[in-house]
Amino acid sequence: MYDPPNPPEILAAVARFLKEEVAPATTGHLSFQARVAANALEMMRRQLELGPAEDAAERARLQALLGMDGDLLTLTAELSRRIAAGEIDLTTPGLKDHLWASALAKMAVDQPTYAAYRASLAERGQPEDER
Amino acid sequence: MEALIEPLTRLAQRKLGGDAIAGLTRLSAGATQEIWRFGVFRGDVETPVILRRAPGGVRVSDAAVGLATEASLLEAAGRAGVPVPQVLCVLADEDGLGHGFVMEFVEGETLGGRIARGEALAGARPHLARQCGEILARIHTLDPGDFPTLRRATPAELVAQYRTSYEASAWPRPVLDLTFRWLETHCPPPPEKPRLVHGDFRNGNLMIGPDGVRAVLDWEIAHVADPMEDLGWLCTNAWRFGVLDKPVGGFGEREELWAGYEAAGGDPVNRAHAHWWEVYGSMRWGVMCVGMTAAFRTADPSVERSVIARRVSENELDLMRLIAA
Repeated sequence: MYDPPNPPEILAAVARFLKEEVAPATTGHLSFQARVAANALEMMRRQLELGPAEDAAERARLQALLGMDGDLLTLTAELSRRIAAGEIDLTTPGLKDHLWASALAKMAVDQPTYAAYRASLAERGQPEDER
Repeated sequence: MEALIEPLTRLAQRKLGGDAIAGLTRLSAGATQEIWRFGVFRGDVETPVILRRAPGGVRVSDAAVGLATEASLLEAAGRAGVPVPQVLCVLADEDGLGHGFVMEFVEGETLGGRIARGEALAGARPHLARQCGEILARIHTLDPGDFPTLRRATPAELVAQYRTSYEASAWPRPVLDLTFRWLETHCPPPPEKPRLVHGDFRNGNLMIGPDGVRAVLDWEIAHVADPMEDLGWLCTNAWRFGVLDKPVGGFGEREELWAGYEAAGGDPVNRAHAHWWEVYGSMRWGVMCVGMTAAFRTADPSVERSVIARRVSENELDLMRLIAA
């Protein structure tokens, strides 16, 4: 057992340091890179916080959709193969919902301020999270 | 940088009508090219110029046309009425600067966010989509026969090329698999009249001022293909910079782009094909981001490269909105 503060807390602190102290104290490309680095740490913080639950949900959806078991990468590769081979498509029950859920889950980690993501949440009646 | 000052000073004296240079600044470290800005002085009168060069003359990317061809494209485009920077000289071996050319520096804005949302360009935005259509129509009048080294590709060949690139990444992305099926099923036929297309006509490669488009930059992936490719790429969501309801670069409507294109002599726009090229555009930028992971792990281990690699997901979402809404 590792002691607190936990990884997301420390990542958030380093991101704040880069964004609020390093970026304003520097100029040009270095300042830009400090902001990019802060955003990268924030992305990793969100993945640590949201990833385990999303991975489990995605794996459960894939097990039901594909009728087989395996780890998440194996199941995703099988889904990829079946779509590429034309064995399943958007008329297959559950596929569209699965792809939407996975696409939105990635955006919640990668880029939650992306305009098309916010618009998709609103259109689908899902609450906007503030992470 | 110091090593460039002496050969650039000689170049300024021999070919650019100056007697000294100053203010040498590197603007970008592209994968295929270096871009530098400097001032050519004649007495105390400064002319700002841009140097594009590949130091060893090495072609890093197979897709790039090469700097000598790029200079020829700029000159031909200028003659066809396309706003472009004037080429001032093409580098020769005796210049000691590798392959490249020097062109006029054009003042303006290239950052997509400022073009789509900035107050300074609010007056220009309502006219940009139509103007882009007119400019593309002029680009598409360039004679492919004058540029025999440019790549030729049908829509189906372009899709196959990106599919190969995606598959080489060996990481499953079901949304891209679905997209490739869709693109293949709905693929337009080979164009009746293949045109010389710019290939990367979008925010970032357009120099914009309050008076509109001042220059079309970055001709390094020009090729000969379906002219709709250029119109669709400009409408790809990635270049809207958050302004979703302005599909043309975050500043205009498709109908304005198409009207400008047709009025300036472009072929009639096939609406279904236009949609296909928007889907192709999101796939293309998505697969380009896919390739960033390999680049990050080998050539460029920068933070910036790592986060661009994570932008595939934006394109997957855009593709879901386009083909699985």
